[in-house]
Amino acid sequence: MNRNRSRFLSIMLTVGLIFLYVPMILLVIYSFNFSKLVPVWGGWSTRWYSVLFQSEDVWSAVLLSLKIAVINATFATLLGTLAGLAMVRFGRFRLRTLFGSMLVAPLVMPEIITGLSLLVFFISLKQLIGWPTERGFTTITIAHITFSLAYVAVIIQARLTGMDQNLEEAALDLGAKPFKVLTAITLPRLAPGMVAGWLLAFTLSLDDLVIASFVTGPGANTLPILIFSRIRLGLRPDINALATIIILFVAICVAIAALIMFRQQRRQELDEAIAAREMS
Amino acid sequence: MTVVNHSDERANHFSNALLDVLRRVQSGWRTIVILVPFAWLLIFFLAPFIVIAKISLAEVVIASPPFTRMIEWTDNGIMTIRIVFDNFLYIFDDDLYSRTYVNSLKVSIISTFFCLLIGYPMAYGIIRSGPLAKKMLLFAIILPFWTSFLLRVYAWMGLLADQGTINNILIWLGIIDDPVRMLYTEFAVYIGIIYTYLPFMILPLYANMEKLDQTLNEAAADLGSQPTNTFFKITLPLTVPGIIAGSLLVFIPATGEYIVPDLLGGGNVQMIGRLLYNEFSRNVDWPVASAVAIVLLFLLVLPMAIYQYYQGKAAEQ
Repeated sequence: MNRNRSRFLSIMLTVGLIFLYVPMILLVIYSFNFSKLVPVWGGWSTRWYSVLFQSEDVWSAVLLSLKIAVINATFATLLGTLAGLAMVRFGRFRLRTLFGSMLVAPLVMPEIITGLSLLVFFISLKQLIGWPTERGFTTITIAHITFSLAYVAVIIQARLTGMDQNLEEAALDLGAKPFKVLTAITLPRLAPGMVAGWLLAFTLSLDDLVIASFVTGPGANTLPILIFSRIRLGLRPDINALATIIILFVAICVAIAALIMFRQQRRQELDEAIAAREMS
Repeated sequence: MTVVNHSDERANHFSNALLDVLRRVQSGWRTIVILVPFAWLLIFFLAPFIVIAKISLAEVVIASPPFTRMIEWTDNGIMTIRIVFDNFLYIFDDDLYSRTYVNSLKVSIISTFFCLLIGYPMAYGIIRSGPLAKKMLLFAIILPFWTSFLLRVYAWMGLLADQGTINNILIWLGIIDDPVRMLYTEFAVYIGIIYTYLPFMILPLYANMEKLDQTLNEAAADLGSQPTNTFFKITLPLTVPGIIAGSLLVFIPATGEYIVPDLLGGGNVQMIGRLLYNEFSRNVDWPVASAVAIVLLFLLVLPMAIYQYYQGKAAEQ
């Protein structure tokens, strides 16, 4: 493919990609298996899809997970963008180190610790001020926003550092108020990063099992909680069907997002190139 | 040149008084921008840690909440503070906990090593690809990262089971007669962790390698250095920050991993994440569970600090 890449590197890449994709491809293939025993092939069939569509608890879990994911992504993008702006554009401020640490820590903190500490915190809070009255939707959403905002902040910080500040400075020179500069220049240029952050926060929330299991209450089953309780006892063909739908959904979303961002980036580069030529 | 002109112009444009007003207006909304996410993290990230630290120093009682209070007011208005280190002593005394901690670290370190071994050449291969291939490959690495962690682990249950795909293929090929037990072994846990965490290794490595100056390699080649020699003397040392970032991004969460040891290890592989979860959900011993979490946090605080240091340095560049 490329003469810069040695044969060894090409082989490693191929083997690595096979390693990454074969398990998922098999998962998809077995969802169309007629047999009740997942790895025993019994001919092509879509019966597990109809089994899946008929089970009501799956639908309510999907609905709850989507609701949490959308609210989480929106708040996390908002908070994460603010945090990213503060870290990159505000220079030094008091307690910046503590702020920075709290922004990085959720990225690497084992979920089990975050989950346990949040649950204990919610229960203590209830003893203290009587809120949250019951665990479930609200507590899961809060927990998800807390770690998602850190991921959004990383994306925003990376974008802000890559962005030159000339446009903002020019606007300030021409008399624009700082707030106007933020809304008219900085935020629109940050938009692709915010979209990426929103999508990341959305999928992180849909994906989370451990933290949600800790902070949920009776009756509030998110999709991962439901899947986990079923597969703990072994393989289930209807879960293969569900997995196939989820994998295809995510793949299509990511592909569209990548395409949009790629186009927008190119258009922006073009705009900047034209502007630069007109200036000179 | 332009930079100097620019700042000169700027000084001319604004009088000092105007700048002052500007600064004051700016600091108003600046405070809000900082304060909102800061307050959120203080309340929902830092405060919970303080709470578990407090509970880890309490005693278990049959009540709601099931632990003693640290500060209590008696009827006479006397405040008593009780701090109990029993939970920590219990963890250190009990062989089960120390063995589980050591085993978690072992599994995590070995998995990290294999992720690096597989991930490094993959990241380097992506760097060395053409512009379009690079984009496609990067997309291929990121895609599994976006799909469900739980389902990716589940996929391996189907591969490794006694009646699973791998055993079926091996029997069909005549290599083995009876299925080899792979699911619910330590081997399965290694596979699961390496598989799910591989993208976390590749992406920081890629980000680091992308900044490398490829002309260094050409210069070395012009001066007669063999490719292998160039790699070990130039490329490898320059990618150390990427290696450290990627390794920590795998090592830290893998140490506390719950899903992989539970689904692929069954009860046969003891890891601290699983022990903690069970301690908590079955025994409802909150003080001990909190103490287990605090000890785990202590084990990981140094790697986390190192990771943060490298993150900060990468951001400055």
